[in-house]
Amino acid sequence: MKIRIGFGSCGIAAGAKKVTDKFGQILAEKNLNIDVSVTGCIGMCYYEPIVDIIDDKGVFTYANVTPTMVEEIIERHIVNGEPIQEHIVSTTQEPYPQLKNQVRIVLKNCGIINPEKIEDYTENDGYKALNKVVNEMTPETVIDEIKISGLRGRGGAGFPTWFKWDAAKKSKGSEKYVVCNADEGDPGAFMDRSVLEGDPHAVLEGMIIAGYAMEANYGFIYCRAEYPLAIERLKIAIQQARDKNYLGKNILGSGFDFDIVIKTGAGAFVCGEETALIASLEGERGMPRLKPPFPAQSGYYGKPTNINNVETFANVPWIFRNGGAAFAAYGTKTSKGTKVFALAGKIKNGGLVEVPMGMTLREVIYGIGGGIKQDNEFKAVQMGGPSGGCIPRALLDTPVDYESINQTGAIMGSGGMVVMDEETCMVDMARFFLDFTVKESCGKCTYCRIGTKRMLEILDRICTGEGVLEDLNTLQILCTSIRDGSLCALGGTAPNPVLTTIRYFKDEYLAHIEDKKCPAKQCKPLLTYTIIEESCKGCTLCAQKCPAQAITGELKKVHEIDQSKCVKCGNCVTVCKTKSIAVE
Amino acid sequence: MSCDCEKKLEAEFSTNKVDTSLMDEVIDKFKRENGNLISVLQDAQEAYGYLPLDVLKMIADRTGNKRAKIYGVATFYSQFRLKPRGKYIILTCQGTACHVNGSDAIAEALCEELNIKVGDSTSDWMFSLEEVACLGCCSLAPVIMINGEAFGNLTPKSARKIVKDIYASEKGVAVNED
Ligand SMILES: Cc1cc2nc3c(=O)[nH]c(=O)nc-3n(C[C@H](O)[C@H](O)[C@H](O)COP(=O)(O)O)c2cc1C
Ligand code: SF4
Ligand code: SF4
Ligand code: FES
Ligand code: FES
Repeated sequence: MKIRIGFGSCGIAAGAKKVTDKFGQILAEKNLNIDVSVTGCIGMCYYEPIVDIIDDKGVFTYANVTPTMVEEIIERHIVNGEPIQEHIVSTTQEPYPQLKNQVRIVLKNCGIINPEKIEDYTENDGYKALNKVVNEMTPETVIDEIKISGLRGRGGAGFPTWFKWDAAKKSKGSEKYVVCNADEGDPGAFMDRSVLEGDPHAVLEGMIIAGYAMEANYGFIYCRAEYPLAIERLKIAIQQARDKNYLGKNILGSGFDFDIVIKTGAGAFVCGEETALIASLEGERGMPRLKPPFPAQSGYYGKPTNINNVETFANVPWIFRNGGAAFAAYGTKTSKGTKVFALAGKIKNGGLVEVPMGMTLREVIYGIGGGIKQDNEFKAVQMGGPSGGCIPRALLDTPVDYESINQTGAIMGSGGMVVMDEETCMVDMARFFLDFTVKESCGKCTYCRIGTKRMLEILDRICTGEGVLEDLNTLQILCTSIRDGSLCALGGTAPNPVLTTIRYFKDEYLAHIEDKKCPAKQCKPLLTYTIIEESCKGCTLCAQKCPAQAITGELKKVHEIDQSKCVKCGNCVTVCKTKSIAVE
Repeated sequence: MSCDCEKKLEAEFSTNKVDTSLMDEVIDKFKRENGNLISVLQDAQEAYGYLPLDVLKMIADRTGNKRAKIYGVATFYSQFRLKPRGKYIILTCQGTACHVNGSDAIAEALCEELNIKVGDSTSDWMFSLEEVACLGCCSLAPVIMINGEAFGNLTPKSARKIVKDIYASEKGVAVNED
């Protein structure tokens, strides 16, 4: 018998530590000698903390485990051998229904193996691909296989991976570098974090294979500092791989040398851009530079450098175990394989899903994600983060592949899907992303540095009811100039959230500008708070909590709000027990 | 020629006197491993909790860089703190998913509970409050992280409770880093 606890950042945030401690404590008290191990994320964050009890009858998965439940699980399941049906969400016989339409290549091991034990990885075919590559294949045949697979970069732009590897291989110079981009800066996306925490060896294996293909001997993982657990697990994995000679000199007797070093980012979104990332690796301010020369020609200290995303690398071992053709069998004509998406926002079953390319947004959001929280009305899904856009309900049947998503005005991006409902204001969303861009612009290009600031000011005005119709025009003009006048994609794509919201939700902009109303009731300055006479019990709570003394009324009599004093803080709505404050 | 840009910029930094001998090991490591500036600053911040002006000047001298360059790197990255910070650093996520799920209210509640603004520290140097763009636990939004540990599915009330609990467990253990 074995106990396995979901111990990714999400699991921990949901309380996995307390659950683990409790297991340790009670098992010790009862003198039960049972192995408790950790695993990464299975991707069903709404079930965290997740505990698997594995015995000869298979795997039994308990969801939303609390320390109090631990006692019960030990008593009834472990000691008496009676699984507690009402808490079990998945068994070997009846696995999670959410997994039915998923295809797991990248997430194959996540939530199953112990990421801190290399044996768990090797027992699940880990490093077999590497062995085959370094001992049976040439760099050329490796690149050919990637070409057959049709793998495209998962970091955002979807550039063919084989092409980048080939360019780096053909570049002259004996010192070359492989870089793994683990900067995952898109706020609302966490695919890479989960892979790094749940299956770090898969990323390492992919990187070593890439190194072999382009004849590079050094690798860097550039990981953002906000992911301390991922960095910790990567460190462990690198040491273990060195000990087993998957890294180091003469790897598996092939004569090929390769080693990997972790570099921690220092909190700058723009460092996800390739040339900025290289500058940051060199210890400089992370400011992008003009391309060409491309990193494949001149990268880290002027040496040929190839940068790929975490998920791109994590696909590689599978491709060599199963063949490029097997990978290409999934997906659409131009987008092969699977894609991992991070579902978040107003979605019922937020978490990670991995689906074949070409599945529709509707299937992902409703089929796997379970639809909208509280069964509210779906309004839009944001893809591609600050570089992407909002896709409205009418386009829910868009298949997820690079080209189809681009057509909507959004981008595939790295895989963040933030779902929005009727309570999300689309003008506020555009404002939110612009605010992000303004903060993260490196400041090199005038259009990006100042243009986005001007756009933000306009959006701020619209959200506070000071907007004028002309603003929409000005926004459009600024969008075009910023797109054309920016050096890197941060500025170049910064207008996308504004352009897509104006395109699909113009009525919301007009409501803010012409009627001075926020239909989603999010922009506080545009709201009016009134007391509903019929239900107000005169409890005086709201009057007590109003910071502006705008509410008057005697005990047990209907209260009243003085609109000229109201500062629209919303306190009265929160405190009123009879829901007697109307918001318009 | 001189200008007062340097003085103006230096006003952003902390002139607290610190024990610069902690830097010896950091600089040794930098030279030994042929490291880069960001790592030096990260190690320095690890040692002091923030980047005091004296330390920045020392880094410039000992690594053979111009001060302007050191200040440039230190101010470019949001991870670097130019002012002392509390024992517990609370990062409140303001990412997309958290924003959509009401992170503003969480930040507001924490500001109120700690009686500070985002970016500041409590006067007893127990807490600092900072915003971050995303903590990668988006499906548990809204999320905060305290000294590396994430807390999810928060309400303003539960966020306050986390702070209160830490205060309670710290009581009596006076911390004064100033
Ligand atoms: C502002 C900006 C931020 C980016 N952030 C990331 C990131 O966090 N992670 C990532 O993999 N790619 C990011 N990219 C894309 C990378 O520049 C690059 O295209 C990618 O890492 C290449 O890997 P791939 O070919 O495997 O997709 C970013 C690009 C820009 C312009
Ligand atoms: S577009 Fe913006 S982020 Fe990119 S280089 Fe120019 S100023 Fe920097
Ligand atoms: S919204 Fe705030 S200021 Fe206005 S009446 Fe309610 S409590 Fe008072
Ligand atoms: S539980 Fe970790 S990704 Fe959700
Ligand atoms: S948006 Fe808050 S954790 Fe990602």
